[in-house]
Amino acid sequence: MTEMANSFRNQPDDQGHFGDYGGRYVAETLMPLVLDLEREYRAAQADPAFKAQFDDLLEHYVGRPSPMYFAERLTESLRADAQKGSGAQVWFKRDELNHTGAHKINNCIGQILLAIRMGKTRIIAETGAGQHGVATATVCARFGLPCVIYMGATDVARQQPNVFRMKLLGAEVIPVTSGSATLKDAMNEGLRDWVANVHDTFYIIGTAAGPHPYPEMVRDFQSIIGIEARAQMLSRVGRLPDLLVACIGGGSNALGLFHPFLDDPEVKMLGVEAAGHGLDKAHAASLTGGAPGVLHGNKTYLLQDEDGQITEGHSISAGLDYPGIGPEHAWLKENGRVEYTSVTDDEALEGFQLLCRTEGIIPALEPSHAIAAVAKVAKTMPGDAIILANLCGRGDKDIFTVAEALGVEI
Amino acid sequence: MTRLSNAFTKPALVCFVTAGDGDTAANLDALVEGGADLIELGMPFTDPMADGPAIQEANIRSLAKGTTTANIFAIATAFRARHPDTPLVLMGYANPMIRRGPQWFADQCETAGVDGVICVDIPPEEDAALGPFLRAKGIDPIRLATPTTDAARLPQVLKGSGGFLYYVSVAGITGKQQAAMDSIEEAVARLKASTDLPVAVGFGVRTPEQAAAIAKVADGVVVGSALVELVAKHGEDAPAALRELTSALAQAVHSAR
Repeated sequence: MTEMANSFRNQPDDQGHFGDYGGRYVAETLMPLVLDLEREYRAAQADPAFKAQFDDLLEHYVGRPSPMYFAERLTESLRADAQKGSGAQVWFKRDELNHTGAHKINNCIGQILLAIRMGKTRIIAETGAGQHGVATATVCARFGLPCVIYMGATDVARQQPNVFRMKLLGAEVIPVTSGSATLKDAMNEGLRDWVANVHDTFYIIGTAAGPHPYPEMVRDFQSIIGIEARAQMLSRVGRLPDLLVACIGGGSNALGLFHPFLDDPEVKMLGVEAAGHGLDKAHAASLTGGAPGVLHGNKTYLLQDEDGQITEGHSISAGLDYPGIGPEHAWLKENGRVEYTSVTDDEALEGFQLLCRTEGIIPALEPSHAIAAVAKVAKTMPGDAIILANLCGRGDKDIFTVAEALGVEI
Repeated sequence: MTRLSNAFTKPALVCFVTAGDGDTAANLDALVEGGADLIELGMPFTDPMADGPAIQEANIRSLAKGTTTANIFAIATAFRARHPDTPLVLMGYANPMIRRGPQWFADQCETAGVDGVICVDIPPEEDAALGPFLRAKGIDPIRLATPTTDAARLPQVLKGSGGFLYYVSVAGITGKQQAAMDSIEEAVARLKASTDLPVAVGFGVRTPEQAAAIAKVADGVVVGSALVELVAKHGEDAPAALRELTSALAQAVHSAR
């Protein structure tokens, strides 16, 4: 028991709370559903056949394990600005090489297997940039289930390639015009659909947020990232990394990497939020610039005004542009196990270009925030230190946004 | 007897409008003049995820005019002064209610003369976030029961709840279709077998005919979206239209039994 009490890996409690955060703040209509989902998830966790099917799909459909890569030229380039003997080695977990080009698919595989196990016949999801929508549409096509994706009308307009991908995969994409017509409004509309179609519909939430058990479940499905990374590090260099770095919108890729390392005290962790135009202007850094509150089924840090009205996030990366964050991150911030920082749009654009030029890898704008944070911190660490960052998505989807930001016409 | 329990000595008409949408003081007066027995004052929120288009738009209109939590309590305080006997309930979402702390919110409710609070997204499992603070001030936390609330779960919903039990007759959002009458009758009978609290039925009730049918079997009938749509249509001139519809609804409800 003493060992359990000292662990950072035994959250949430049986009510879905991570300390003060998390929980099940949903309308009564949904309450029996989330309780039912939790029961089914516990049963699936205890079923070796469920895990076997999950692992098989991750290997043969998603393409796992993803590689662990030493970014030699990036490391050298950062050392050029560092004092002699300083400049940590930079390694990447290559989740951008997954089928569909991001970490999102790991979670979608897990949730659709659960939906099928529960006998649900219709899938809904929300999406911001479209990555989670594409991953959900992908698994729905793979398993032959009808799929409805809610997407803010503003995002539909600026993410046309992903809208077309979802349609190619057979999904119905419904533009959401209510509220501010972005990701949070798409999530509101997803919850409205779910409440009206409780009997046949499974809601695949895309990040480690929402009512319990979603934050725990999404974290568990994404933890394959950290489980692989831990084993790969031990096998490649014979020790654990000194620092883990990952970007955070809702926080699922970061939790996926961090969680298996939480009880390794020698491993420090850095979560990177989107500072947008700057923390004193429009940004999406809920932990750094927000306050605790309740939205979308959980208590967590939110961007909000003094009356508790939710304010709009901004980031050049649509995947980080959400006014909340997963509740486990709120807990990890308060207990100090993970340090959180933020990176502006401009810094992320520099990180994006840096990786393109030094490693021949075009990253998504989301992990470009992690790269920018790595660039700042690597030079302050000794030359034999190891940083492992999560490259959670590839940048094909972002080239138009980047071109516009750089003033280039394609 | 409290103001809330008094309202249910005969079938009660419960009327909802959103605070800060149109001339709210005049709208509330029109509801009372029309015969409403209980007022639900909606607290606008940027993300009203249990509401249909009519109330979503009312929230947006209100917030666009700059409605603050202080404005809402000022509306409630003034209402209490004008209508000392009509029960007033605040209805809304958790975040605006707990933003300054649940103690602050409960204190404000007490000062303003609010009788009860309906918080859509605080189920019994999260009662600690607000419920104890309200009960300590004698303010009733009013819970919702739905078609998905089964017999095993009902006792948990009832524990710690007060005022009345709000039966959401359809699994869905506000202002959409109404449930079939026989399913409402069956549900109300089931609920009343488990509690002494009055049972009011809402979601999708728009006409005097629907209201009369429900009032035959339930203690109260809640009408929201149909009233809010009148505010959308008539703006600052809504009171006359609100008075007319409320009067027809009240007549139907009060003569149902």
